[in-house]
Amino acid sequence: MWPRFEQITSRDVLERLDRLDVPFNQYGMDPYGISKRHIGLFVSMLEVFYKYYFRVRCFGLENLPKTGPGMLVSNHSGGVPADGGMIIASLFFSLDPPRLVHGMVEKFAQEWPFVSQWFNRVGQLPGLPEHAIRLLNDGRLLMVFPEGARGLGKLYKDRYNLSHFGTGFMRIALQTRSPIVPLAFIGGEEAMPTMFHAKRLARMFGAPYWPVPPYLLPVPLPLSCEIHYGKPMHFDGTGNEPDEVVEGYVEQVKSVINMLVTRGRAVHEQRRAGAEYVTHEVDPGTEPKP
Amino acid sequence: MKILITGINGNHARMVALRLLAQGHQILGIDRRPWPDAPPNIHVFQTDVRKRPAADVFRQHRPEVVIHMATITHFSATADERLRINLHGTRLVFDYCHEFGVKQAVFVGRHTIYGAAPDAPLYRTEEEPPLAVSTFPELADLVAADLYAGSALWRWPELKTAVLRLVYILGPTRRGTLANFLEGPRVPMIFGFDPLYHFMHDEDAVEAIVRTVDHQLSGVFNVAGPPPIPLSVLARGTGRQAIPIPEPLFRYAVGRFGLAYLPPGAAAHVKHPIVVDNSAFRAATGFEHQYDAHEIMRGFRDG
Repeated sequence: MWPRFEQITSRDVLERLDRLDVPFNQYGMDPYGISKRHIGLFVSMLEVFYKYYFRVRCFGLENLPKTGPGMLVSNHSGGVPADGGMIIASLFFSLDPPRLVHGMVEKFAQEWPFVSQWFNRVGQLPGLPEHAIRLLNDGRLLMVFPEGARGLGKLYKDRYNLSHFGTGFMRIALQTRSPIVPLAFIGGEEAMPTMFHAKRLARMFGAPYWPVPPYLLPVPLPLSCEIHYGKPMHFDGTGNEPDEVVEGYVEQVKSVINMLVTRGRAVHEQRRAGAEYVTHEVDPGTEPKP
Repeated sequence: MKILITGINGNHARMVALRLLAQGHQILGIDRRPWPDAPPNIHVFQTDVRKRPAADVFRQHRPEVVIHMATITHFSATADERLRINLHGTRLVFDYCHEFGVKQAVFVGRHTIYGAAPDAPLYRTEEEPPLAVSTFPELADLVAADLYAGSALWRWPELKTAVLRLVYILGPTRRGTLANFLEGPRVPMIFGFDPLYHFMHDEDAVEAIVRTVDHQLSGVFNVAGPPPIPLSVLARGTGRQAIPIPEPLFRYAVGRFGLAYLPPGAAAHVKHPIVVDNSAFRAATGFEHQYDAHEIMRGFRDG
């Protein structure tokens, strides 16, 4: 009845799946319930968006750790979590060897049929500190959006203004001694300009908000996007530091992301204008050139 | 050593008894049910753990180790009976252990007490609270028994108390909660959900209990076999047909159409996983499972 998995997955995806840093067993499953087949189908779907719909360009991929734990910290935008999907796709299609990055999914999605099942099969576990700590201690890559749903739901007029960063991610990074890779996802805000939130619809689905763009459907437009990966940041500590110390570290990460966003938006404008890309490495240590 | 096993007539308890006997231990047993073909050197007292003669077994025979396996689930008993056997029975057994100078008491419990919930972590460590008390009310008596047994750790520090939380046991004996669930030709699932199931082979479960005695363990430990697999794979691997049922119809469908009966609270356990972290037990005993998921499912399917 269903087409065979190998028939609808490209050779490139199959070859990359074999090199993925996930210990699949004889059932093609890993201890977290991640399934090779599901990943294959999921990234094949993401591939269309990554390569043709959003035409994502990545900068600074060399900043990602080739092995071992790492925490990717990103701005969040675009009403629907397409940014997360594109980050997963960039690590699968543009990194050599490919790596699987684990997102931390909003808890409300766990009660949705199929959605929760698919998220769990492709390594996108519910956003609990226990999961983050366990995955990092296991040497996996984690993707966090410290703005959370606040960032995803921000309105078009507030685009790229980072909202409040939680401190939980920093304590976990300190506790597990994981490097933090700051990154900026650019283009999501233009692809899905949220005018306002439909509160009643959101309540109906148990979601924290329901974005409404000018064309009403909560679907992002096919506009080009970029991902800028910054240099890894290392912080020393135990995770038990007082709040003001941790908040200071968080501010450092936030300011680097802000810098990456500013630079990224300049690159984005050039790209939109049809100019040559600025392909040099994005260095978070220097101010972006106007 | 002189070892007393309560509920010795259960399939897994018998296997534990025979294994310990082969190691040269002296085995006593208490069970309501008779064990007619018990080996002559296993002394089975046919009584209820909650009755006077049970106290007399402790008083007269003074066992050094007690393995408490006289607990039951909703598949075989009513709520009242479960409470009496699981909680009151456990209480009495542990009281006797204290009163009659038992050195080690082992409570063989279940991992299902952690309960399945959408916002629970995938891997439960021993510190996780037992959510089943609200997610699956039919397990409340087992939650209470587990916590009560664990309270012996602070009430009677001189009694080495081991509380084991075993994942589902599956294999050729075809006994246990999961075996009951998979008994029929069709297995009910909830449409759009495919939780991970964590299970271990009969022999591995027995090995884990024997090791608990060998190492004179004290504390609360999760015990697990191979990594968990989705329910759909489990159904296929055991030659069953998985039937996805929309959630609102689930409670009406179970117990009919060749599907196993499940109490209403069980729906959460067919939607969300209960998976445990057994690293503490492995570190304490060096336990490694011998049977992988494929062998377990084949063993169950072929009997």
